[in-house]
Amino acid sequence: MEVNSIEKGIVIDHIRAGFGLRVLDYLNIDKANGMVALIMNASSKKNDRKDIIKIEGVTDIDITALGLLDHGATVNVIENGHIIEKIKLELPERVVNIIKCKNPRCVTSLEPALPQVFHLVDAAKEEYCCEYCEETRRVTDISSE
Amino acid sequence: MLKGRSLIEPLDFSVEELDALFGLANEIAEAPEQYADACAGKLLATLFYEPSTRTRFSFEAAMLRLGGKVIGFSGEANSSAAKGESIADTIRTVACYADVAVIRHPKEGSALVAAKRTDMPVINGGDGGHQHPTQTLTDLLTIRREKGRLNGLRIGLCGDLKFGRTVHSLIKALSRYEDMEFCLISPEELVAPEYVVRYIRQGRDCGYTEARHMKEVMGRLDILYMTRVQRERFFNEEDYLRLKDTYILDAKKMKDAPQDMIVMHPLPRVNEIAPEVDEDPRAKYFEQAKNGMYVRMALIMSLLGVGV
Repeated sequence: MEVNSIEKGIVIDHIRAGFGLRVLDYLNIDKANGMVALIMNASSKKNDRKDIIKIEGVTDIDITALGLLDHGATVNVIENGHIIEKIKLELPERVVNIIKCKNPRCVTSLEPALPQVFHLVDAAKEEYCCEYCEETRRVTDISSE
Repeated sequence: MLKGRSLIEPLDFSVEELDALFGLANEIAEAPEQYADACAGKLLATLFYEPSTRTRFSFEAAMLRLGGKVIGFSGEANSSAAKGESIADTIRTVACYADVAVIRHPKEGSALVAAKRTDMPVINGGDGGHQHPTQTLTDLLTIRREKGRLNGLRIGLCGDLKFGRTVHSLIKALSRYEDMEFCLISPEELVAPEYVVRYIRQGRDCGYTEARHMKEVMGRLDILYMTRVQRERFFNEEDYLRLKDTYILDAKKMKDAPQDMIVMHPLPRVNEIAPEVDEDPRAKYFEQAKNGMYVRMALIMSLLGVGV
């Protein structure tokens, strides 16, 4: 199977195999005007399999959440058919409406309209805590949901 | 400068701001009559979605002793929450009438939600099993008065460390001071949450040990902070009944404690401290309750920016 390279846009490479759809969902680019390609289970040198997303025409999408979902992925910004920037993904300091608090005593369980805000508290352990109740959640648990 | 600020969690005020607050509380305790009109014309709203005797009375007494007035409700059924009103809408409405509000709510993070929706100072009077920062002011003032310092102390925290919000707030506040050692005494099912242990790990020269029995640490404590196992925090009554009497401090156990150790408790107590301990001069929980009123008087004055 072949997917053409793009002239201008973003290529998100080395997404953990099987995570491509979730990444697409979080990036919220389903209303994008340009062409979007999701390649699942492509062969990879680093890992056995990987997913790839190619987004044509846009270079300024919000990738904050991507660092949380799969910080092993790489983001390449393409202009005139060449990579002009490689963005290193890091765990974001603060995420809104990405992680859901599981604490039944948290105020967000009473008032679902409140934004779900989490802060990075331990980068080494990949732990986030809820802004309201401080319940701790690990990235591995979030990723596997 | 605390004027116009809110107190939602124990680290909202700096150590220096706390020192000033405790200084004012001590001055009020020395001569309360001098502050009898400090808050004349001011109104405190008490929004207690959850039952409370001590905290609510203590706030009301504090405001009335400062010459201010109090409005409020006690129990969710008596508020607009029973009609489905959000915390945000309630606090915005209350801000139209009052100068400062204290909120107690069973859900964790509720006071933060309220404070974000208004410019009026909001005081967290306890949010579920999360934080209780004004109890912490009370505890810190008591430790300062009884031990003369807030550093270099070994404190045993005993009982329900999982849902005990007073313990969570106190650990968070004390972790800012140097050379503190925490002895966390609880049954396996009620150990302190991970985020609370993280406060200690991130603190200045702070350490902690965990114990299942009081006797393991009793002989080397400066402070023993007892807590009640709270029925209202359990989803399962059987678990509560099994754990409620895990620790009972009595005169016999007090014999193992150093002569200069103090016993604290946020109250109300049930069985965890036998009444015979009340006669021991090391028991300081009723002094603690009195300190609570003075420090809340100082807090209200500071947030309103009156007489400070």
